[in-house]
Amino acid sequence: MHTLLVSRWTKAVLFLLCLGPLTAIVWPFVRGYTIPNPLEFIQHATGDWTLRFLVITLTITPLRQLLRLPELIRFRRMLGLFAFFYACLHFTTYLWFDKLFDAHEIWKDVYKRPFITVGFLAFTLLIPLAITSTAGWIRRLGGRRWRILHRSIYISAVCGVIHYYWQVKSAVLRPLFYAALVGMLLAWRVGEWFLRRRRMALAHAVPQRSPINASQ
Amino acid sequence: MLLRKATDLTYADVTPKSVYLDRRKFLRGVGLAGIAAVAGRRLLDLAIPSQSVHAGTKLTTIKGPFSTDEKINSFNDVTHYNNFYEFGVDKDQPAKNSQKFVTSPWTVSVSGEVKKSRKFSMDEILKLAPLEERIYRHRCVEGWSIVVPWIGFSLSTLVNLVEPTPKARFVAFESYYDPGQMPLGKYAGIELPYVEGLRLDEAMHPLALLCVGMYGETLPNQDGAPVRLVVPWKYGFKSIKSLVKIRFVKDQPPTTWNLYSSQEYGFYSNVNPEVDHPRWSQARERRLPEFFKTHKTLMFNGYGDQVASLYTGMDLRKNY
Repeated sequence: MHTLLVSRWTKAVLFLLCLGPLTAIVWPFVRGYTIPNPLEFIQHATGDWTLRFLVITLTITPLRQLLRLPELIRFRRMLGLFAFFYACLHFTTYLWFDKLFDAHEIWKDVYKRPFITVGFLAFTLLIPLAITSTAGWIRRLGGRRWRILHRSIYISAVCGVIHYYWQVKSAVLRPLFYAALVGMLLAWRVGEWFLRRRRMALAHAVPQRSPINASQ
Repeated sequence: MLLRKATDLTYADVTPKSVYLDRRKFLRGVGLAGIAAVAGRRLLDLAIPSQSVHAGTKLTTIKGPFSTDEKINSFNDVTHYNNFYEFGVDKDQPAKNSQKFVTSPWTVSVSGEVKKSRKFSMDEILKLAPLEERIYRHRCVEGWSIVVPWIGFSLSTLVNLVEPTPKARFVAFESYYDPGQMPLGKYAGIELPYVEGLRLDEAMHPLALLCVGMYGETLPNQDGAPVRLVVPWKYGFKSIKSLVKIRFVKDQPPTTWNLYSSQEYGFYSNVNPEVDHPRWSQARERRLPEFFKTHKTLMFNGYGDQVASLYTGMDLRKNY
């Protein structure tokens, strides 16, 4: 498992897999299937996959620990960038096919409509993360600051789910499913944070109370 | 507080290893399998959309009034892009899930404030008046529109037969709902059976169509078989499908989408480019299967000459 994970080929295969949804979106057009509302089809598919990739990206850290597979970190940047990639496509469908690049109308939308506002925010927050995803930027920012900055993916994911929830008319089951996933992944992090604090507290406290145990 | 509490922990407080391992197994099993299953099914759906063909019964029609000469949508568009939440909330679900829907025998009961309340069988409805083909624009509240050659006759024909009393001011409509045949209905998020309503003068307007077919045939199940309403100057959700009950009433009846979210969906729901849905603009629409949202939405969906007089003196911003 470990050797498989560190193999160069695994990353290449995963890259191709991540392009799968794009192929599935383009495929019906290549084959000339009639899609009654092609724009909605693309918009929904790219939106769905943005959320899915955000969820998958957020799963990496818990999986590394739960499965004891630290090597999984090799894929996190790529998965996050694919989330950004599908978000870009999703955003483009809105700018171009819906709003025809009419800046005034877009601004009105972002300002007036909460579901557009949160979607816009979710997307905007991903931009700095994509830019600073390179090794050079990690060095320039320093690991600590870089990690703090990249925590904004949590906000992005939450906003993405709200955007979905507010977009549907009454079919809230699927947005709620994503809400549960993102909720679980964030709750895990909160839990980790508490456990870490406890462990640190224990490390300080235990030697005073039972020095014999501590020395073992 | 937290810090102090932490020092009280002993080895006995540690989660047993078996539980910890099970949690991992659970997460790995359910989490990954779940994601894989959902992703896989969606991928398949994306790659191979259904293109089923529906064989309806041919209907003989005469040319009706009010037809537009705009380009008619393909039969495939109109039968594979449906809002019919009883059969699933996705647009492609009704076409798949309604194929076994039993629409015969079928009766429509008419009651309430009428002199002659009665039931109509489907055969009777088909013989009430000569069937007309009327090509109407159909504008969905979601911002898309289609042009459909409907078949039917003015709803007023049926209204006149039952003779509403002077007390009747509104007409309430109800769709068929059978959770057995419509198992996805419980996930619709809206209350079912679906109910709609019109003011009596709206229901009497010759544009309001009691619709039994389209494209020269009886209605496909996903389009509201065997009988539905088509009210072309209002958003599509007013055109109730698979109609089973008509009641004449004194007060404004409850309507499904209004019950779900009253700030978003009003009782009148006339097509109006100047009154936005709270979440999106109604100024333009996408004429399917076009890519761009370029069509300007017209007041009353372009039927203003015929119906505007129904609303003189009314604030259409308030009565959305």
